[in-house]
Amino acid sequence: MPEEQVHSSESIELKIEPPRRFSLNLAELWFYRELFYFYTWRDIKVRYKQTMLGLLWVVLQPVITVTIFTVFFGRTLQISTGLLPYPLFVFSGLLFWNAFSASLVSAGNSMITNAPIIKKIYFPRLIIPLSAMLVAMLDMLVAGLLFLGMLLYYQIAPTLSGLLLYWPAAFLLMLVGTTGLSCWLSALTVKYRDVRYVVPFALQVMLFLSPVIYPISMVSYPGLQYVLALNPMYAVIEIFRGSFGLAMDSTLMTISAGSALLLFAIGVSYFKRTENYFADIA
Amino acid sequence: MKPILEISGISKQFKLFHRGLPYLSMRDKIIDIFRSREEVEQFWALRDVSFSVNRGDSVGIIGRNGAGKSTLLKILSRITPPTTGSIICRGTLASLLEVGTGFHQELSGRENIYMNGSILGMKKTEIDRRFDEIVDFSGTEKFLDTPLKHYSSGMQLRLAFAVAAHLESEILIIDEVLAVGDAEFQKKCIRKMEDVTGQGRTLLFVSHNLPTLKAICRTGVLLGEGKLVAQGSIDEVIDIYSQFHRSQELITNSIHYYQPHIKVHEVVINGSATNSVIVDNDRLHIRTTVEFMKRTNFELDVHFKKQELPVASYANFVNHEVEQFEPGIYDLNYEIRLPALRSGKYRLDLFFTEPFASWFAVSENIIEVDVINGHHHTFLNNANLKWGTTLLEGSMSRHKRTS
Repeated sequence: MPEEQVHSSESIELKIEPPRRFSLNLAELWFYRELFYFYTWRDIKVRYKQTMLGLLWVVLQPVITVTIFTVFFGRTLQISTGLLPYPLFVFSGLLFWNAFSASLVSAGNSMITNAPIIKKIYFPRLIIPLSAMLVAMLDMLVAGLLFLGMLLYYQIAPTLSGLLLYWPAAFLLMLVGTTGLSCWLSALTVKYRDVRYVVPFALQVMLFLSPVIYPISMVSYPGLQYVLALNPMYAVIEIFRGSFGLAMDSTLMTISAGSALLLFAIGVSYFKRTENYFADIA
Repeated sequence: MKPILEISGISKQFKLFHRGLPYLSMRDKIIDIFRSREEVEQFWALRDVSFSVNRGDSVGIIGRNGAGKSTLLKILSRITPPTTGSIICRGTLASLLEVGTGFHQELSGRENIYMNGSILGMKKTEIDRRFDEIVDFSGTEKFLDTPLKHYSSGMQLRLAFAVAAHLESEILIIDEVLAVGDAEFQKKCIRKMEDVTGQGRTLLFVSHNLPTLKAICRTGVLLGEGKLVAQGSIDEVIDIYSQFHRSQELITNSIHYYQPHIKVHEVVINGSATNSVIVDNDRLHIRTTVEFMKRTNFELDVHFKKQELPVASYANFVNHEVEQFEPGIYDLNYEIRLPALRSGKYRLDLFFTEPFASWFAVSENIIEVDVINGHHHTFLNNANLKWGTTLLEGSMSRHKRTS
């Protein structure tokens, strides 16, 4: 509740009680927006301080991965990717996948790294995983510039509707799915420390089950395609590639987008239901 | 006028997990399916506590370790919810359960002021406006753009308190933050807190330091084992608290920790492990077992007091170099020569500290010393007088336990 807003004394009344009903309390989140800003700003600053390779590393990572994937999957296995040359195909997937995976790892740990603060001061806890997620996504900007450079090199451009509709849509859908999972994982990590070890492994496995490396149409069992489409990142990557004229399967897209929305609902509500007790068990 | 804080029927229950960790691992959860859950014990940290605070009041919250003081503050600061009961709060509230929350070593002093201020609930415009005052109060203007990691710990604490002292809430909750910094800075902090109450703001203050409580607070609340024991003027409440304390208690149980990386396993003074100690030959022998979790500069300061007035003190750095300890468990033996004291009751406080910096752990207002067969005339050596007390001579020996 934004009790600090009003400075006249009798007008405000805050009641502290055992938690009862579920509420997102967006007004409170808005009230604390400056803290959100400072949190994010602090982590960005700290992240690139005293690392000479800081930004260079952000560039090198996708370059190396794309090269390796291109050599092994594109050349050796001759994966056919239609309109997009394989390096662009992989990069278009990695662009989103890396942001997704970095967000989950860093948001998942965020409640633990911030435990000392959680135990000493009150503010909407959602700020912590959301800010961790945002900082982790920052690398995507740099990688995105690199991707634009590659588009120029290959002389490939998205369609106009692709640029204006598909790109924002893909980004938005990624935010929805990633927010849900980030909140869920960060709350789960407070209670079950195992999550910290499971997440990086699960992400590694999921990379190979996602459409980053190969088009999902290559999977010959249609039943399996539906299972793979449960990955919220499936729709994100497909929408993005759709902007270059690649075909999309509407059933699979619906499954994946639905899964992203469901994860958002589950993740955020699980977080809100458990956040009151973070200080007791963190 | 309605009270600014109405605390009614607040209880807080914790679950104690006998397997040690407050959090769970999946493995435990899976094992639990096959096992009855008798191992979780319920524990009431607070039980039906009710009192109200009037606008402009300054309330000292007193109680032994484990009495529920910190839990009460945490509920008031909304860090943890109560299990039952409710609190009505009619004003803006800021709490300081620690100084320097959110400080980051890689950031500069300036950046940390903004970060910390914002965590404490200040708006950016508010910090902008008070920035110069904060810097002035902390006395760190020369180092504003230096990363915090190059600050001494004393400077970090000063900066942290300076930010906190400029909060503009109507209710301010403070937990023991005065325990830091040198004497000069502590005085400055106390003055600042008196200002807070002078401005008609409301103050809730938890401390073990009775003289400071007396100086700052007007009323007091005494907690014991999670329940409200007494409420009234600060003098009354402190009297009740002192009587409450006459009963014997292990010194180690009364130690209050400020930092987690040391653990005091045992304290025996002149053969007594409890809070009543007898001195009859000008000798004080303190044997203590201390565990260091990491490499630590450490010294034990011993203060002898008579009715709140310091009489004599011992700090081993006066005689030696600063002692450094590698991680491990150490038996430390101190032989201290007392000055010629008159017979009577004294108090002894132990400070487990980092030399010239901060406290790790403190036993204050707990240990009572009976000097028997004392001297009729005392000859305190004035040449040694400093801060109005006599510095004592002594020796220390250390022995690392091999586990």
